[in-house]
Amino acid sequence: MKQLLSCLKTYKKEAILSPLFKLFEACMELLVPLVVSHIVNVGIAGADKMYIVHCVLLLVAFGAAGLAFALTAQYFAAKAAVGVSAELRKRLFSKLQSLSYEEIDEIGTSQMVTLMSSDVNQVQAGVNLTLRLFLRSPIIVFGAAAMAFFVDVYAGLVFLILIPLLAIVIVLVMAATGPLYRKVQERMDGVNLSVRENLQGVRVIRAFCHEEKELDTFDERNGSLCAQQKRAGRISAVMNPLTFCFVNLAVILLVLVGGMRVSMGALEQGDVIALYNYISIILVELVKLANYVFTVSRALSSQRRIGEVLARSGEPARYLPPEEENGETAVCFDHVTFTYRGGGAPALTDIDFSVKKGETVGILGGTGSGKSTLVHLIPRFYRAGVGTVRVNGANVDALDAEALRNTVAIVPQKSLIFQGSIRSNLLWGNKDAAEEDLLRAVKIAQAEDVVTAKGGLDGEIAQEGKNLSGGQRQRLSIARALVRNPEILILDDSSSALDYATDARLRAALKSLDCTTFIVSQRTASVRGADKIVVLEEGKIVGLGTHEELLGSCPLYREIDASQGGRA
Amino acid sequence: MKQSTLKQIVRRLRPYMGWLILTAAAAIVTVAGQLMVPYFVGKAIDGLAYSVSEAGKRAIDFGYLYRQFILIAVCIAAAVAGQFVLSLTNNRVAYHALAALRRDAFAKIGVLPLSYIDSRAYGDISSVIMSDAEQFSDGLLLGFTQLFTGAATIVGVLIMMFLIRWEVALVVLLVTPLSLFAAKIIASRTYKMFRAQAEARAEQTAFADEMIAGLKVVKAYIHEDENEERFGALNETLRKKSLSALFLSSTTNPVTRFVNSVVYALVALVGAFLAIASAGSAVPFTAGALTTFLSYSNQYTKPFNEISEVIAEFQNALACAARLFALIDEPSQSSDEGLPDLGRAAGEVCVENVSFSYSPDRTLIEGMNFRAEAGKRIAIVGPTGCGKTTLINLLMRFYDVGEGAIYVDGKDIRTVTRRSLRENFGMVLQETWLKEATVRENLCMGNPSCSEEDMEKAARASHVHGAIMRLPNGYDTVLGEEGSLSEGQKQLLCIARAMLCRPTMLILDEATSNIDTRTEQLVQDAFARLMEGRTCFVVAHRLSTIQNSDLILVMKAGNIVEQGTHAELLARDGFYAELYRAQFAEV
Repeated sequence: MKQLLSCLKTYKKEAILSPLFKLFEACMELLVPLVVSHIVNVGIAGADKMYIVHCVLLLVAFGAAGLAFALTAQYFAAKAAVGVSAELRKRLFSKLQSLSYEEIDEIGTSQMVTLMSSDVNQVQAGVNLTLRLFLRSPIIVFGAAAMAFFVDVYAGLVFLILIPLLAIVIVLVMAATGPLYRKVQERMDGVNLSVRENLQGVRVIRAFCHEEKELDTFDERNGSLCAQQKRAGRISAVMNPLTFCFVNLAVILLVLVGGMRVSMGALEQGDVIALYNYISIILVELVKLANYVFTVSRALSSQRRIGEVLARSGEPARYLPPEEENGETAVCFDHVTFTYRGGGAPALTDIDFSVKKGETVGILGGTGSGKSTLVHLIPRFYRAGVGTVRVNGANVDALDAEALRNTVAIVPQKSLIFQGSIRSNLLWGNKDAAEEDLLRAVKIAQAEDVVTAKGGLDGEIAQEGKNLSGGQRQRLSIARALVRNPEILILDDSSSALDYATDARLRAALKSLDCTTFIVSQRTASVRGADKIVVLEEGKIVGLGTHEELLGSCPLYREIDASQGGRA
Repeated sequence: MKQSTLKQIVRRLRPYMGWLILTAAAAIVTVAGQLMVPYFVGKAIDGLAYSVSEAGKRAIDFGYLYRQFILIAVCIAAAVAGQFVLSLTNNRVAYHALAALRRDAFAKIGVLPLSYIDSRAYGDISSVIMSDAEQFSDGLLLGFTQLFTGAATIVGVLIMMFLIRWEVALVVLLVTPLSLFAAKIIASRTYKMFRAQAEARAEQTAFADEMIAGLKVVKAYIHEDENEERFGALNETLRKKSLSALFLSSTTNPVTRFVNSVVYALVALVGAFLAIASAGSAVPFTAGALTTFLSYSNQYTKPFNEISEVIAEFQNALACAARLFALIDEPSQSSDEGLPDLGRAAGEVCVENVSFSYSPDRTLIEGMNFRAEAGKRIAIVGPTGCGKTTLINLLMRFYDVGEGAIYVDGKDIRTVTRRSLRENFGMVLQETWLKEATVRENLCMGNPSCSEEDMEKAARASHVHGAIMRLPNGYDTVLGEEGSLSEGQKQLLCIARAMLCRPTMLILDEATSNIDTRTEQLVQDAFARLMEGRTCFVVAHRLSTIQNSDLILVMKAGNIVEQGTHAELLARDGFYAELYRAQFAEV
């Protein structure tokens, strides 16, 4: 809520003026029954046609003034609502980008996408309705009651009974349906899961002739969704009839009280008509309110979800005061142990080795041995729990995140290429890179044929690089890293989609660079030329040395090499 | 198009005819009750016209009032009951129809040709089944009741008004269309604004989605500022478009409300004049009648607004329905009905003169021929994009061949049921796909009746038993959307899954790509056991894994350029030999 209000601050004027003008409009509306009562009491009773004409003109004037007030209010409400949602989206996007890898893992992509689109839209609808209608309804309801008191105190008491009763109905129904609709949402997720799974796994499902079984699962989920929707609908269905019932019973009471007061000479017929009109206004207003209650309560829960993310601290530029960079050592792991949040056993245990500037390091190990985790600690994507990681002699926690990531370029395991052109993607590496820098990077990354195939550097790239093959994406992703001209280059198993010949050419080309290079791989062939190879097993270093040394000293390395047809 | 959509909707609603009639009846009762209340209230108010006795005392006939109260109470009861029944029946029809539509659409996934699914983003299809279906049900079915109730109210009010006093009724009847007219003008303008807003939103969403999906890369490349700049620009455009759309659309209510207040004022004017003129006549227009009229004139205009809103939504709902029906009516893959089962095949596969292309303008496979004897091991190698995976699509009959034919045990695979063909195949693909279900359910997918022992044996043979046991609930752990297993472990699980279904033929498409070579070697002997006596098709990058195949098909650009055993192909010193040498080149 705090976040929402702070976004609203820029639109303080609109947020105040909109309900204010709504208030004016409501006043216009509330004056109408009084005029009508005068038409009856004075105009008709006294057969005064001029008086009636004046009253009617007054009614039209109220209507026109109401229109002007309402339009002003709508404009301010729309401006505030749209402005708040734009501001929220901007802050949210900015916050998402500032999250640490750990937080990204925790929140998950799909939730982030939902937050940005549907949740923000819900909030916009909610703010708009709140300013326009939600505040109007209480004004009208209490205003009508106040006017009733003004007409007659005893008749006003009828309103005093009615309003709390209606409030109870609305609150009870809302309280009862809230959890029910949440359950509807959960079951909807189940149905959605079925649909998504069946699309993504269509080959496997057909291969295993599982179509009917899947349909059964879907039927079950779909049926339970339908049942839950009906259950929630049943409770909501109570609301309108119940308000209608209470309001009209109040009408009976009102006419009765009115009759007594008239017989006492305290009221006239026209006054009772006015009172009746006030009750009618309340009914109309409540029916409208009921329709919007759901929207507003959904907006509230969306707003809460957004607030939770905005309240996150994000990743700071540095965790420790700056340290001097120096020395011959490019990267140093000093007894590092790392555990993923929520993960039981450490992913890395007591990693201790250092790399001189310009060296090529191979990181070798089986599936899940911690290779990627290890290299992710270098640009401080994740922070070492125990021990320190140093880059150029300085603790990475003490380095500015931006400077550190400018020094280190990583080619991730999953290569992501973005919509735009080849050029726009390569410029991610360095937005000031010259044409020949780009071409050089493309050449080293063995991606010249990709550029040719797409008709040059300005060749169009579809969303998520869908118009490229896996291997093409991988090579462009390597080129992107090379454009940065990094001091430290990390290839995180990033040639897996390349055939062996291309992979070999790539490694040969990389040799010509003078940066410190980390090559993460499962294949000994990819790392055998490295100055130093780190062999990992279950997060621990089990071998460290050159290819030849390891063949002699490390049984695991020997075994891996042999399994890949090595000729040792 | 629209016509046929409407026809479809009518056809789909036929099973709910009884409920729909009940809904209509309930709506009529509700409207009648709601309209009679103001009538009797007006009568009651007339009862407040007192006569003054000589003593100056006012006399009111309370007996008359009570009689009116009873009538009002009856009307309230009818309206309340009607409205409640209306909501319930309406929900019932809407939700059941929604569920039935979703089911049909979902069932379609199972029978659509794969080309349809492959050529579309999953999100597009799932949004038809999820959100289009929902909007159809909301807009059309819930809207329908609103429409019907609205129409009934309008007709009811008109009848009542003309019965009470036709002169005043005429005023209402003539002036009200003004509000409809105003609403229509606004709506037609709003539509354009909403379109512009939707476009701006789509552009922004596409950008945000892509960047969020690649958030880690964005951070690694310090691209946050550039992104923020671009996002800010898109956001500002969206804000402006949204403001126009939102403001313009929200002018409808005030404008129609204004027209209503004019109607209200005119009714008051004409009514009051009439009351004066008819005072003392045989049929006086009383204050009570005026009250009833004023109340009606309020009730009369409201449904017009609702109807115009509903109609706007109808357009959208119809568009959603059209998409939904388009999916449901999409031609299914050719029917298997009446075809014989293949039965348990020996596993001899013959590919004869097969040509195939995904799009008509580009042939991929042309004139392919090879023969795989039962129980032999066939390896398929070649560079990326050469058609290896396509061949598998054809073997499993995910796609039908363009020309030529594929025979299993001498039978054209198009002459037997797909089910019986696929039951003969076991499959492990590069992309591991597991259900969000327990490990057990995933493992036993191909063989639901397998015993606990068999399952564990298969898991052990694929070296994944240990990893499963380390999961919180062992074999009963529900694998999350992302799975609590690593990619490699997932692949091992898929291997175990294939082992369990004991097929006669086996397809391994890069089945070990995510497994490290050492584990792979451990799995190899399990594979070897698995492959024994089965016809196997193995697609692999690593040539080391396929050297002892009975037949190696070397593919390049959709064609088999060489075939033979490892030794034969090396001796030939062609494309295969080149690939082989590249793989073991020293760097």
